[in-house]
Amino acid sequence: MSMREISYGRAGMEALVEEMRLDPKTLHLATDAPPDLVEEFGASRVRATPIAENAFTGIAIGAAGSGLRPIVNWSMVTFCFVAMDQIVNQASKIHYMFGGQQTFPIVFRSSVGGGTSLAAQHSQSPYSMFMNLAGLKLILPSTPYDMKGLLKSAIRDNNPVLSFESTRLMGLKGEVPDEDYTVPIGVADVKREGSDVTVIALAWLVHEALAAAEEMDKEGVSVEVVDPRTLFPLDEETMRASVQKTGRVVIADEAGPTAGAAAEIAALLTEDPATFKALAAPPKRVCALQVPIPYSPSMENHVFPDRKRIIAGIREVMAAG
Amino acid sequence: MTASPELQRQMLRQMQTIRRFEERASDDYRNGAIYGVVHCYIGEEAVAVGVCSALDASDQIISNHRGHGHCIAKGADLNRMMAELYGRVDGYCKGKGGSMHIADFAIGMLGANGIVGGGLSIVTGAGLAAQMEGKGGVAVCFFGDGASNAGSFHESLNIAASWKLPMLYVCEHNSWAANTSSKMTHAADNMSDRAAGYGIPSAVVDGNDVMAVYDAAVEAVARARAGEGPTLLECKTYRHRAHTERAGAVDPRPAEEIASWMARDPIPMLVDHLKQQQGQFSDKEFQAMDDEIMTAVEASVAFAEASPFPAPEAALEDVFAD
Ligand SMILES: Cc1ncc(C[n+]2csc(CCOP(=O)(O)OP(=O)(O)O)c2C)c(N)n1
Ligand SMILES: [Mg+2]
Repeated sequence: MSMREISYGRAGMEALVEEMRLDPKTLHLATDAPPDLVEEFGASRVRATPIAENAFTGIAIGAAGSGLRPIVNWSMVTFCFVAMDQIVNQASKIHYMFGGQQTFPIVFRSSVGGGTSLAAQHSQSPYSMFMNLAGLKLILPSTPYDMKGLLKSAIRDNNPVLSFESTRLMGLKGEVPDEDYTVPIGVADVKREGSDVTVIALAWLVHEALAAAEEMDKEGVSVEVVDPRTLFPLDEETMRASVQKTGRVVIADEAGPTAGAAAEIAALLTEDPATFKALAAPPKRVCALQVPIPYSPSMENHVFPDRKRIIAGIREVMAAG
Repeated sequence: MTASPELQRQMLRQMQTIRRFEERASDDYRNGAIYGVVHCYIGEEAVAVGVCSALDASDQIISNHRGHGHCIAKGADLNRMMAELYGRVDGYCKGKGGSMHIADFAIGMLGANGIVGGGLSIVTGAGLAAQMEGKGGVAVCFFGDGASNAGSFHESLNIAASWKLPMLYVCEHNSWAANTSSKMTHAADNMSDRAAGYGIPSAVVDGNDVMAVYDAAVEAVARARAGEGPTLLECKTYRHRAHTERAGAVDPRPAEEIASWMARDPIPMLVDHLKQQQGQFSDKEFQAMDDEIMTAVEASVAFAEASPFPAPEAALEDVFAD
């Protein structure tokens, strides 16, 4: 396969363009209509909506149930909270509640995370709120390759899929194939092989975990980095296999720890008898502090986990047991 | 009722203060002393100042993401505002909020807000509290043409109308919501035509003419205080700058449209008006006023710079009240 280097943000746009070319039933809804998309696909398929998230989320559900394949961009995940009624009460249940009569193929894109001094309302990583719902697939890519491949799978999927995209990674460059490809939803990726400890990391923290792994390598600690890539369904098998191999695990998430993705992952590992037996130390979560995100960098930097805290977590599980 | 010459001067001072404060905030944002995002109100000063000049100190207002002008017009302290933008402990929110979230509850400024449409229902609650208190207090919402399309606009106005709440809803119609033209998102020219559907009075005014804004606000506030319910006031105005101060941000607005509004800058318009009232005002006087304002803005920067950054652990404070 021939490869080329593009940014994470660009990878998302390429997925959209390619899939919209393939399927005339796709349409794009967002408060800002991306000029490139309007130019290629026209104002009928690429609509600028009013700032009425609840309405245009519901409209996407109705359009999907009537044969279209809407791609909605809420911009920041923050703005989808205005549409929580449609997401929670409708999108997540509508296929099930009506006995599977109709499909609702919709992609809801949004950016997540902090580190941008945008303060509490605009620095959020609320994916576990949606993991809890049942009926939504959730993707969380960490590289341009995964972004493009997962988003393509999401657009082709016949269910509502939420794509959480890390603000911190928008400019990150990486290789993607020239040819059409997809990354399957529900399959984790071992981003680095190692034998002493597993770090299961999400989104931006995959890169912090890889940096931490390099650091620990110098001390002779071999770190495996696993990226779940999809938060629902979670690839339990890959995560359990890694932890059964290493016997130690650190779980890193930019969200707070309480009832979060990291908590769910820890539960999936420890409730599995074989993984539980293989553990030489208790699982360690490295998450944000459980507070709204403050504006001033002096406090914001303190709230978020980073490679240093991952390293501290690794040392802790290496020392235990 | 028309503003006294004294009040007109005061309005000019406030408008110029907003402008100078934001020019400085924009510079300091670009040079890295201010973080995150800054949305400038420059060009729209007559709306906040005209409306707030019609209010009592005990009345309450709420703002949106473009909040500096509303804060200053309601009487906020420049020092604490600038310190907040600088992310320092002496800022209004102890460095937790930044540009998009300045509040001063002591002066009835219930907060800038990063969620479009977020303020509409909150301030309607302030109107309910004012009504129940029965002291004639009024609550005012500043929001954009973009926000007028959010569900919270319709739901709040309907409730305020039904309950005859003492409210003034001020739409700052600058024809754009970020990079989307209002032509693409509402079919009618005047969004205030909707008032008829809620059974409340409305007015459309030139939002760059501070006298027109003031007169309309005085009338609406009097109605609210008299227990006659809410008014929807639509002020046609324009921002001189892009949606945010972010470097390289796209601004799709047509150059002729920008130029035509720049030619109707609310500050020179008011200066001219003051000068035309014989013997009322001179360029020299305006210069002296501007010098004082520049000194105050400089002082706010010095105050901000002297204030320390919050301790990292302060991030854990204020999650809950005691
Ligand atoms: C619920 C919500 N959706 C989207 C946004 C992103 N956003 C911030 S400001 C803005 C435009 C607001 O336009 P308008 O209300 O007209 O105010 P103006 O900026 O013109 O003063 C948008 C879309 C947001 N902050 N909140
Ligand atoms: Mg606007």
